[in-house]
Amino acid sequence: MFFTYLRRELRRRRKQAIVVALGLGLGIGLVVTMSAMANGVRDAQGSVLRSLYGVATDVTITTEAEQGEGGEARFGLNPGDEGQQGEEFTRDRLLAQPGLGTMSDDDVETVSEISGVDSVSGGLALTSIRLEGTFAEPPETFDPEEAPTVAPVDISTFSIAGVDVTSADVGPVTSSQIVDGRFFADDETDADVAIIDANYAEQEDLDIGSTIEIGGTDFEVIGISEAPAGGDAVNVAIPIDRARDLANLDHDAVNRIYVKATSSSEISAAKAAIQDALPDATVTTADDLAAQVTGSLSAASNLAGDLGRWLSVVALVAAFVVASLLTMSAVGRRVREFGTLKALGWRSRRVVGQVMGESLAIGLIGGLIGIGLGLTGSWLVEAFFPSLEATSGLTGGAFAGPDGPGGLTDALSNTVSVPLHAGVSPTLAALAIGLAVLGGLVAGSFGGWRAARLQPAEALRRVE
Amino acid sequence: MYELRKVTKTFRKDRGTVTALRDVDLEIDEGDFLVIQGPTGQGKSTLLQLLGALDRPTSGEVRFEGNDLGVMRESQLTGLRARSFGFVFQGFNLISTLSAQENVETALAPLRVSTPERRERAIHALADVGLAERARHLPSELSGGEQQRVAIARALVREPRVILADEPTGNLDERTRDEIFELLEGLWARRGQTVVVVTHDSKLARRSPRTAWIHDGALTMFEGRNRSPANASDGTAPQIPPAPTREEVAIMPDE
Repeated sequence: MFFTYLRRELRRRRKQAIVVALGLGLGIGLVVTMSAMANGVRDAQGSVLRSLYGVATDVTITTEAEQGEGGEARFGLNPGDEGQQGEEFTRDRLLAQPGLGTMSDDDVETVSEISGVDSVSGGLALTSIRLEGTFAEPPETFDPEEAPTVAPVDISTFSIAGVDVTSADVGPVTSSQIVDGRFFADDETDADVAIIDANYAEQEDLDIGSTIEIGGTDFEVIGISEAPAGGDAVNVAIPIDRARDLANLDHDAVNRIYVKATSSSEISAAKAAIQDALPDATVTTADDLAAQVTGSLSAASNLAGDLGRWLSVVALVAAFVVASLLTMSAVGRRVREFGTLKALGWRSRRVVGQVMGESLAIGLIGGLIGIGLGLTGSWLVEAFFPSLEATSGLTGGAFAGPDGPGGLTDALSNTVSVPLHAGVSPTLAALAIGLAVLGGLVAGSFGGWRAARLQPAEALRRVE
Repeated sequence: MYELRKVTKTFRKDRGTVTALRDVDLEIDEGDFLVIQGPTGQGKSTLLQLLGALDRPTSGEVRFEGNDLGVMRESQLTGLRARSFGFVFQGFNLISTLSAQENVETALAPLRVSTPERRERAIHALADVGLAERARHLPSELSGGEQQRVAIARALVREPRVILADEPTGNLDERTRDEIFELLEGLWARRGQTVVVVTHDSKLARRSPRTAWIHDGALTMFEGRNRSPANASDGTAPQIPPAPTREEVAIMPDE
């Protein structure tokens, strides 16, 4: 009886049911799309943070570079003698990552003793700049009218991380990132071995056993690492002592300290303790980094987070209100019908149940429409939303050295491009159904309340 | 069965009060066929609603089998309506989306009858009113007379103690009106249920063994074969000719 009555009633009020279901579906679809987008953005943000930050790292410690720190990026391009004119040349220079000041192993030791710190690793973030070209040849005949020629020079850069080979679980590259070959052995502190990022290896056609020249020294590739999804990882990782040698830095120098906390709840306390222990250092957690990420990812995050949330809430509330008003209006038109049922001995609870059931059924149809619209919406977002770009405000910036070559800043900034995957998960589908049920219950409870208050005699007196 | 003492019912209307019934005394025995007659708006339907536990009196007592309906809880009244009363309305009050059979089944829904039994009883009730073949038709596919037959089947299906019919022929043409009234009379004669019919139709009232006249909220009874006013006090009640007895109705040929 319940379902027969419900089905026939919905068929009779088909147009109204469609309007209410569409309204609810639209609101729910918007919520699903925005939530899918927000999840996608959050995943993308996670990928970006992992790539900008380092896997398994909870806290990163850096210091700001002082005036003149970082060394001069000066290259001599004159041939050693006349005989070298017209010959090819290369010039390598390793620089500490711009903007980062130098700390020491003592600081690493200090941090390792802080409560809440599980493991610590000192790292060196370096940039290799290579100039390749041909020494200029003097013209055969001197013509004062002719402009002087300058030898063409190719500039290539790649990032290098000095890794504490004894720390496999925290640092710029960790053993969990190795997809081919192996991580550094504990006794390779001074070995000419390197781990190459998979993308960079492909770009430079490198493989396990290949050699890569860094600062004039050949390093053997022993492992290929993969950056977290979409990440712009360190191109080459080498033992930290070799990195210090090549960059002419002290043998205890580090410019990044990577910290893993004992648990996520300890991160903020550990951060405060580290800040106390190293007052001049910049102590950054993943949350801090997230706040400093700029670019379209940040804009999308704000869009999905704020505008999307409010838009969804407004659409949903509007849908609920419309559904409630239409349900109440429908009950108003069925006063005599409900009065008759009460005269037949139907309890108010049963009449209210009928109204609620109808409303719930419309809500569920709205929920299915909402999931459909949400899937379409998230598909459209994936299809037409451009890849998200994020730039970390911590690591981008100009060279610290006074003679830093202009035009390289962009190449060195940490900008990451991540495609947005706004998938509708089972959880989101459940959320849609939950909202549909809620919408149905809200609308039905208004209608039901009105139906429950009907006095049968009064309802039967009503002229329709 | 029914005992009404000094029943008054007033309604608030705009800023004033309207008295629909005033000091009504009435007794209805089990198996009575009572027609309540009177002009429109004089309190007939209000009296029927009080008899059907759809409303409570403003003052006085409406006793059904000794129980004062005016003081019973709403849930008790609902149960009473489900078990003891069958209503027939002027406008039929069928649910337009349900078939004739399903409409009849709505009366059994509160009684927790199993679905197969519910269907069987509904079909049986429709057969009783001559509509077995039309069980699957929607109200819109039935004539006015057929719709009222469905409504009567709905009232009869749970075999109530009392059938309360409010202007059951009010929306019907003359021929159908007679058919419906004969149907009610026939059912009364065969089943022995108490039937109370409200109508403003004098022709129908003349066919009833017992008639009450309501004017301006006051009730006058006409009892017995000679239909002399039993308690007329102001001379407003009409003289009504003799009416057939239950036995006479039972042997009347179908037209």
